[in-house]
Amino acid sequence: MQIAKDWRIQRHRYSLIGTECVSCGLHMFPPREVCLQCTSHDMKEYYFSGNGVIYSFSQLFIPALEHVENTPYIIALVSLDEGPLVVAQLTDVDYGDVEINMPVEMVTRKLSSDGQKGIIRYAYKFRPKLLC
Amino acid sequence: MNQEKQVYISSVGFTNVGEHWNESIAQLAMSAITDVLDGTSIDQFDHIFVGNMMSSVISQQHNVGSFIADYCGFNGVPVVTIESAGSSGATAFHQAVLSILSGQINTALVLGVEKMTDSIGSSIYDVMSVGSDNDWELFHGVTLSGIAGLIMRRYMYQHNISNELFANFSINAHNNGANNSNAMFRNKINLERYLQANIVASPMNILDCAPDADGACAIVLTNECIEFSPGNHIRVAASNMSNSVLPLHDRSDILIFDAAHNSANMAYHQAGINAAQVDVAEIYDQFSIYAAMSLEACGFVQEGNGVDLANQGGIDINGVIPISTFGGLKSRGNPGGATGVYQIAEIALQLAGLAGVNQVRDPQWALAQCLGSSGGTAVTHILEKINIK
Ligand SMILES: [Zn+2]
Repeated sequence: MQIAKDWRIQRHRYSLIGTECVSCGLHMFPPREVCLQCTSHDMKEYYFSGNGVIYSFSQLFIPALEHVENTPYIIALVSLDEGPLVVAQLTDVDYGDVEINMPVEMVTRKLSSDGQKGIIRYAYKFRPKLLC
Repeated sequence: MNQEKQVYISSVGFTNVGEHWNESIAQLAMSAITDVLDGTSIDQFDHIFVGNMMSSVISQQHNVGSFIADYCGFNGVPVVTIESAGSSGATAFHQAVLSILSGQINTALVLGVEKMTDSIGSSIYDVMSVGSDNDWELFHGVTLSGIAGLIMRRYMYQHNISNELFANFSINAHNNGANNSNAMFRNKINLERYLQANIVASPMNILDCAPDADGACAIVLTNECIEFSPGNHIRVAASNMSNSVLPLHDRSDILIFDAAHNSANMAYHQAGINAAQVDVAEIYDQFSIYAAMSLEACGFVQEGNGVDLANQGGIDINGVIPISTFGGLKSRGNPGGATGVYQIAEIALQLAGLAGVNQVRDPQWALAQCLGSSGGTAVTHILEKINIK
């Protein structure tokens, strides 16, 4: 449990806020201070739409410690519409229905908690895109 | 490499890889050091380099290099602990080589040691996974095997292959490990067992994954051209490391190990050889998908053909590029920060003709490549056998 660290980056986790390189326009998530493409230090905040498609996925049967309760769980690399990949859990979907290139959208969900009285960690997950 | 100075391996020594419940990290180190000292006349060292990945967390011991050097009777010898996740041992070896080449020291003792079993249950997977990007990967439940599962799924999708084609990496490793009395898993496996194995991180099953283990391996390095085995010198022909983008999501292509590719190319340049001249290799087969991608990164096959090579007998003892000849990470076991030193010791034994049943026929050049943080860090060494006429 690292409350200060979780608090420090919660904006990015709740709202999918990354960075845009002012020099070359590359979008990055999570935020960086040096551009991955052109090494410029000129960055500004960028709010991602939360829309993307599945780039790859996996169902984990040997969990990370804080995720024992919801094992097995599905993780995915999501290719965001604005360019970058983000790694996250999938929700509201059966494993058998997941496939590469499936459209997904970001939602904020409970990710893990430290028992009954500990802190609860929320973060982005992705679900199949709802048709509207 | 510096043409004026050369670095030679005088001796290698190790413990068997496995679960050493009765031994502490210092005792493990001592058995490897006792073994290595048996094989050399050198008993004074200018510097000790200890590769270790996790003792701060698992054994709750910082400055473990100094702790071990004291326990093993090297009072007064400078010692440094080196950590670069899974490649810690190879990085320690690399730093020892650089130090000898610098002219500041003449002899070095390299030790890779890991005491995994002081932490039990799934907590070990978390400790190993913090070598990746903790805040944006492990926080979301993305473990080391999860990362490998994501890469393997995409690899299968882009190259249009099924998971059973990966089985030969594990089958080959276990075939070879069966003949290595120091290996953790000495059972042979077959395709049927592979297909029935439990899923760890789909599409990856337990037989795609190397077991974590305790182990210690030591190597004595010197600038003197002394015999490794009767009639043979073993020269360090190339030693370098490369780093690339650490977290998976920021890599420009997740199916390419950039650091491994760059490191291998630099190594070929240093040694003055090309990939086709390598006679035997130890690559980082922590997961079978990593074996396939490492073969590609080292230039042994074209991108996307790593799996084909394994299925055409190319990685067997008699193949074009034999790998995991002592069982690899998969069968010998993966003792974290010791793994990179085991790999180098194993290729030295191959060059010296001391590999027993798994001996590759008269090799001259051998490569060992170790990865850290899911390929974000890569360390490559090339050894050359020189026959004394
Ligand atoms: Zn830029």
